[in-house]
Amino acid sequence: MNELVPASEGEVAAAPEARPDGRIDLAEDYRSSGVADVLGELDRELIGLAPVKNRIRETAALLLVDRARRKLGLAHETPTLHMSFTGNPGVGKTTVALKMANLLHRLGYVRKGHLVSVTRDDLVGQYIGHTAPKTREVLKKAMGGVLFIDEAYYLYKPDNERDYGQEAIEILLQVMENHRDDLVVILAGYADRMENFFASNPGFRSRIAHHIEFPDYADEELLRIAESMLAQQDYRFDAEGRAAMVDYIAVRRGLPHFANARSIRNALDRARLRQANRLFETGALVDVEALSTIRAEDIKASRVFAGGLAHERAKDA
Amino acid sequence: MRITQGCFSYLPDLDEDQIKAQVEYCLRNDWAIGVEYTDDPHPRNTYWEMWGHPMFDLKDAAGVMMELNACRKAHPDVYIKLIAFDSLRGFETVRMSFIVQRPKVEPHFTMTRTEVRGRTVNITMSERA
Repeated sequence: MNELVPASEGEVAAAPEARPDGRIDLAEDYRSSGVADVLGELDRELIGLAPVKNRIRETAALLLVDRARRKLGLAHETPTLHMSFTGNPGVGKTTVALKMANLLHRLGYVRKGHLVSVTRDDLVGQYIGHTAPKTREVLKKAMGGVLFIDEAYYLYKPDNERDYGQEAIEILLQVMENHRDDLVVILAGYADRMENFFASNPGFRSRIAHHIEFPDYADEELLRIAESMLAQQDYRFDAEGRAAMVDYIAVRRGLPHFANARSIRNALDRARLRQANRLFETGALVDVEALSTIRAEDIKASRVFAGGLAHERAKDA
Repeated sequence: MRITQGCFSYLPDLDEDQIKAQVEYCLRNDWAIGVEYTDDPHPRNTYWEMWGHPMFDLKDAAGVMMELNACRKAHPDVYIKLIAFDSLRGFETVRMSFIVQRPKVEPHFTMTRTEVRGRTVNITMSERA
């Protein structure tokens, strides 16, 4: 289990005051509540993901309007905020969940704004009577924040009717219903398997209002991601290195276990390893330029260009 | 007889919001909260029954309130207290405890003094039927 605290933890902004003429300035509220900052951050830090950003913008608008309605005494009920994030691995589901927690905190829909990230292992016990306390403990830790359940479909194993996952699901559903003010649950996983999961657990589908789909990154977006990852660590490609990375992305996509941005990060880690080795072996004096440049040979040495790992090549042969 | 032990026991019983506020105070101090209950409030009965494990790493009072309400539901007519444990080196002890539920009828205690050797007096607290 992971506990993540949003990087820029802001204070909860008070609901907007009505002006003397009984109107509320939504644009002012948008700025002062810090929602503008969070959305701006989302735009700057995350490359691509346009549909996701749109949905989050819409959700933020809904919540702002809901707050204004409450202030002016119009009928309102706390909107259901439980969500599902579907998409392939490495498309930024956890990162967006972290931003979402921050956003909901700024708007006052969760009190503390932390994100508790769990998988099946954290919720389901090993023996009879172990699951309920374990699930409840996780839920208690997530109260006041967001509970992010990665690969949620592993909770439900249809081929084993005595699986303890069912017990965890029942407790989750109950808390999602009775503690709607206390925590927001986000379920995440592959699109098709989530679809099956919802089909066999209708209780979840009806309690989740927002289904957000994460598209795969385009090759060009992955390249930009690679460059920004390198820039963060004070590295950069030279021209050939950059071209090699373009080739790498195209080839890597066709191989098994492609995990979008995560694959890129791993590839860059290995490229840095080869770069270090190369510098070490040449034995020459190094300068800032040499230390921070990833060259084509650092990328091209990857096994990806030889068709993947040895056992994967053997399978194809 | 109204049992007075722990914090706030000379005050009127805390209501839900006040309990929540106290729990928030404990969590802000990084104390772990435990729920304990007993039907034997004798002052020498230090160790009450534990309702589940003490709760570490909570961020919000809602989790504690959930356990407290579960305990109240299972034991509607006993004493329940919340204890706040400080794990900080040098303390490593309960920093605060307060009663959050009392039975409808609280027991009376009487004090019996027994003179023993010399001028020594032994005092016994016992529950009066």
